[in-house]
Amino acid sequence: MNAFVETSNPARAGLKSPLVMGYEVVIGFETHAQLSTQSKIFSRAAIAFGAEPNTQACPVDLALPGTLPVMNKGAVERAIQFGLAIGAHVAPKSIFARKNYFYPDLPKGYQISQFEIPVVQGGEIAFFLGDQKMSVRLERAHLEEDAGKSLHEDFVGQTGIDLNRAGTPLLEIVTQPDMRSSAEAVAYAKELHKIVTWIGICDGNMQEGSFRCDANVSVRKPGAPFGTRREVKNLNSFKFMQQAIDYEVRWQIEQIEDGHAIQQATVLFNPDTGETRAMRTKEDAADYRYFPDPDLPPLVIADEWVQRVRSEMTELPRVMAQRFVTEFGLSEVDATALTQSRAIAAYFEATAKGCGQPKLASNWIMGEVSRRLNADEVAIDACPVGAVYLAALISRISDGTISNNAAKQVFDKLWSEGRADDKLALSRIDQIIEADGLKQMNDSGELEKIVDDVLAANPKNVEEYKAGNGKALNALVGQIMKGSKGKANPQQVNDLLRQKLG
Amino acid sequence: MTNNTPALHDLTVAQLATHLRERKVSAVETAQHFLTRLQANAPLGAFLDLNEEVTLAQARAADAALAAGASGTTAALLGVPIGHKDIFVTKDFVTTAGSKMLIGYRSPFDATVVTNLAQAGVVTLGKLNCDEFAMGSANENSAYGPVQNPWDRTRTPGGSSGGSAAAVAARLVPAATGTDTGGSIRQPASFCGITGIKPTYGRASRYGMVAFASSLDQAGPMARTAEDCALLLSAMCGPDPDRDSTSLEVPVEDFSRSLNESIAGLRIGVPAEFFGEGLAPDVQAAVQAALKEYEKLGAKLVPITLPRTELSIPVYYVIAPAEASSNLSRFDGVKFGHRAEKYTDLIDMYKKTRAEGFGDEVKRRIMIGAYVLSHGYYDAYYLQAQKIRRMIADDFQQAFQVCDVIAGPVAPTVAWTLGGHGNDPLADYLADIFTLPASLAGLPGMSIPVGFGAGHMPVGMQLIGNYLQEAKLLNVAHRFQQATDWHTAKPEGF
Repeated sequence: MNAFVETSNPARAGLKSPLVMGYEVVIGFETHAQLSTQSKIFSRAAIAFGAEPNTQACPVDLALPGTLPVMNKGAVERAIQFGLAIGAHVAPKSIFARKNYFYPDLPKGYQISQFEIPVVQGGEIAFFLGDQKMSVRLERAHLEEDAGKSLHEDFVGQTGIDLNRAGTPLLEIVTQPDMRSSAEAVAYAKELHKIVTWIGICDGNMQEGSFRCDANVSVRKPGAPFGTRREVKNLNSFKFMQQAIDYEVRWQIEQIEDGHAIQQATVLFNPDTGETRAMRTKEDAADYRYFPDPDLPPLVIADEWVQRVRSEMTELPRVMAQRFVTEFGLSEVDATALTQSRAIAAYFEATAKGCGQPKLASNWIMGEVSRRLNADEVAIDACPVGAVYLAALISRISDGTISNNAAKQVFDKLWSEGRADDKLALSRIDQIIEADGLKQMNDSGELEKIVDDVLAANPKNVEEYKAGNGKALNALVGQIMKGSKGKANPQQVNDLLRQKLG
Repeated sequence: MTNNTPALHDLTVAQLATHLRERKVSAVETAQHFLTRLQANAPLGAFLDLNEEVTLAQARAADAALAAGASGTTAALLGVPIGHKDIFVTKDFVTTAGSKMLIGYRSPFDATVVTNLAQAGVVTLGKLNCDEFAMGSANENSAYGPVQNPWDRTRTPGGSSGGSAAAVAARLVPAATGTDTGGSIRQPASFCGITGIKPTYGRASRYGMVAFASSLDQAGPMARTAEDCALLLSAMCGPDPDRDSTSLEVPVEDFSRSLNESIAGLRIGVPAEFFGEGLAPDVQAAVQAALKEYEKLGAKLVPITLPRTELSIPVYYVIAPAEASSNLSRFDGVKFGHRAEKYTDLIDMYKKTRAEGFGDEVKRRIMIGAYVLSHGYYDAYYLQAQKIRRMIADDFQQAFQVCDVIAGPVAPTVAWTLGGHGNDPLADYLADIFTLPASLAGLPGMSIPVGFGAGHMPVGMQLIGNYLQEAKLLNVAHRFQQATDWHTAKPEGF
C-alpha cells in the first residue's frame, strides 16, 4: 500500500485530538466486508457459512487447470451501492489485478483483487462520537475474492484446507489515517457496519467473519510527522477493537519512551490475553508481483447502471436522519441515534406518525423501549410492544389521560402481554388505565380540595415559599401528588398552587 | 472398399464426413482404422493417451445418429475422428499438458472446445503430445519425449502443437486441435506441411485450456486443407460468456461459406520486415513462388511495413512469461498433480514439488516472468512491453488500410534437427519472429503449405487477416489449394 501522505481532513478543522501520555494516536482502518451475494465473486458456487468443508467449491474455486474467472454482477452492484451510500466516485472503469503469493488455502497461487484502479474511490463516513460530529475520509473500496481456510486443529498434526470460503466476494474498505482515538475508531467501525447492513450489501456478522476490521495504528507527538504504523488484525468485535487499539497504543508509547523505534509490522490481537503480538515484520513482506489479470477485462460500469442502482437504493441513514431533523424537529444526535438501524428507524417513524408526537416518541424509544429491549435482549423487530401500541400509549400521555409515570406502568403490562392485534391498541390501553386506576385527576374541584388540605396542613412550607424559597413549592407539589395517589396532573397542580399562593 | 478408392486415412475431413453421411463407412470402422494406425505409429511420439473404449462408444453414438438421419450443420462432422492437443482438459482422457506436474491428471470437465466439437459429432481418438504447458517451438520440452517429424524423423515437427501437426501429416488423424500462443499452431503446421489456423483472440473459448499466457492463448484446428480447417473452426468457436470473460460476444459463424469466392483484386500486403536478413533462401523462394501464384489468381501484392516486427520477440518474452509465472502458481502440490514424496515443511514441499514437476524451459519462463513483474522492474519490463504491444497492434491497423490480408513466411527456416538448437533457448525464441506479431495483436493467422525447402522439408506461408476475418483468410487459403497441390503431398512411409 502507498505510504500515508498526510492531508488534513477539513471536517476535523478546529477539533483537538485527545492525547495519551502526551502522544497523539493516529488510526486508519481496512475493513473486509463480505458481500451478500448468492454465489461467489468469480464462480457459480454457492456461499453458505458453516457448510461441510469443501462442499461449496467448484472447479473454478479449486483452480483446476483450464478454469477461468467470470465476474459476478451482483458483487459489482453491491460495490456501486456502497459507493453511492458514502458519496464516493464509482469508477466507470476499474481493473482487476493478481496478487501473487503461495499459500495452501489460496488455490490459484494468486488472489484476484483490485490494485491501481479500484471500483470505489473517495467518499466519507460521518458519525457522532458522543455529541461531537466526526467524519472519516475513505481512500477506496475495492472488490476482491477471499481465500479458503487452513484448519490446523483436528488433523493429527496435519493441516486441512477448506475451500468453501475461497472466492467469496469481499469489499475492502480503506480509510485515510483520520481517526485519533480508539473510541473514535470504534464509532467509525460501528457507523460503517451500520451502513453496509442498512443498504443490505453485507450481513455484518462479525463472529462469522462477514465484517473484519484491521486497524493501522501509530502514535506521534502533536505536530510531528506520522509515526511508523503497525497493523492490528483479528478485531472481530467492537469490544476487542477498542481493547486491542488501547493495548497497542500503550505498547507503542512505552517502546518509544524506552528509546525503541517502532518497526512496521502486522500484529495479531489475542482476546484471551488482551495483548497484540507481531505476526510478521516488514522484512518478511512479500513482493506480490501485482499485474492486471489477463483473464478479466476491465470492469466497466456504465452511468446508466449507476443511475439505476441509485434509483433503487433505500433511503440512507444520514439522509433519513436529516429528514427526522427537519420533519420531526429532532436534534441531530437523537436523529442519528434513531437511525442506527433500519428497524429502529422504522419503529420510530411508525410511532411518531401514529401519535403525532415525534419528540415523545423519540424519548420513549431511546428511553423505556431501549432499556427493556436491552434488559430482555430482544431485537426491536421483535419488540412485544409494537409501534401502533406505543403510539396509542403516547397519545394517551399527550391528551392528558395519563401521566408519563402511569404510562410506564401501562407499557410494562403491554410488554408482558406480548404482541397483540394493532386494531385493539387504544381500547386495550384504555382498559388497563381504567382497571389499574391510572387516569389523571382532571376534575379541578376534587384536586382543589386536596390542594387546600395540603396548604392548611403545611403552613411552614407556605411561609417559606412566600419568603422566596422556590424549593418549598416542590415539597407542596409532592404532598399533593401523594394525596392524589399520583393521579393529579402535575401541570394542573402547579397552576393551582401559584394561583392560590399569589 | 475397392482398390482404387483412397484409404480412409487419405481422405480429408470433408471427404470423410461425406463418406460417413453416405454410410460408405461407419464411424466405428473409421475410428478403429485410425486407432490401429496410431498404435502402429507409436514411435512417432505423437500420442500421449488413448482410450479405445471411449472412442468406440463415441463412434457408435455417431453411427446411431447417422442411422437416424442426422443432418444439417450439427451433423457436419458426425463420426469424424480427431485428436486433441493435450492442453485441452478432457473427462475421458488423461490431461498432462506435456508436463510431469500433471502426470495422470483427470479433469472433471471437458474444455469448451472439446464439448463444442463433440456436439458437432466429432469422435475423440486421444490426446496429442505437445511442449510442456505449450512452451516451446520444437516439441522437445514435453516431459513425455519428443515428437518426430513424419517428413524426416530426425527433425522436429515444430511446437508447441508438435504432436497435432505430426499426427495430421502422418495421417494418424484426419485433423487435430492445437493451441497458439506465439505461433504454436502455425509453426508446426508449416514444419509438417499441413494447414492450421489460429483465430482472432477470443473467438474460441479458453475454458478448459491449461493456461500458458492468458492474453495470447487461442485454440484452432490443424488439418490438411483450408476447407477442413473451416469445417472444424466453425464447430469450435462461439461465445462462452459464462465460462470465459475474454470470449468474444460474436455469433457462431460458418467459416466455409465463402471458401470459393474469387480472390481477383485481393490486396495482399507483403511486409518488408518478413523478408529481410535471417530468412533462409529456401523458405524465401517457396514463399515468393506462392505469392506469384496468388498474382496469377488475380491478387495484387502491396508492399507494407510492420516496423516493430523485431520488437515482438522481447515484448512477447516479457508478457508471456509474466502471465505464465502467475498461471502456473496453482501447480503447488497442494490440490492436484504432482507432489514431492519427501519434504520437511510447506516451503520445502513447494520447492521440491515444483523443482521435480516442471521442466527446464517452464522453470526458465517462470523465473523470467516473476522477475519482470517484481517490484522495481515492473514498469521497465512489463508496462513497457504492454505499450509496445499496443503499438504493434496499431502497426497492423495501418497496414490493413492498404491491404486485405498479409502474407509472409511462418518461420525463418524449415524444421531443424531434433536437438539442433541444443541448449540455446534464444535460438528457439528468435525463430518465433514472424508468428509473434499477429499473436500480440490478437489477429487471426494461418499457415498453408507452399512447397519444400532444404532436405525436402515442407515450407509454410503465413496469412494474417484483420480481426474476425477468418472466413476471408480461409477463402484466400482455399483458392490457393484449389490451384496448387502442395497440401496433398504425403510423407513417405505413411
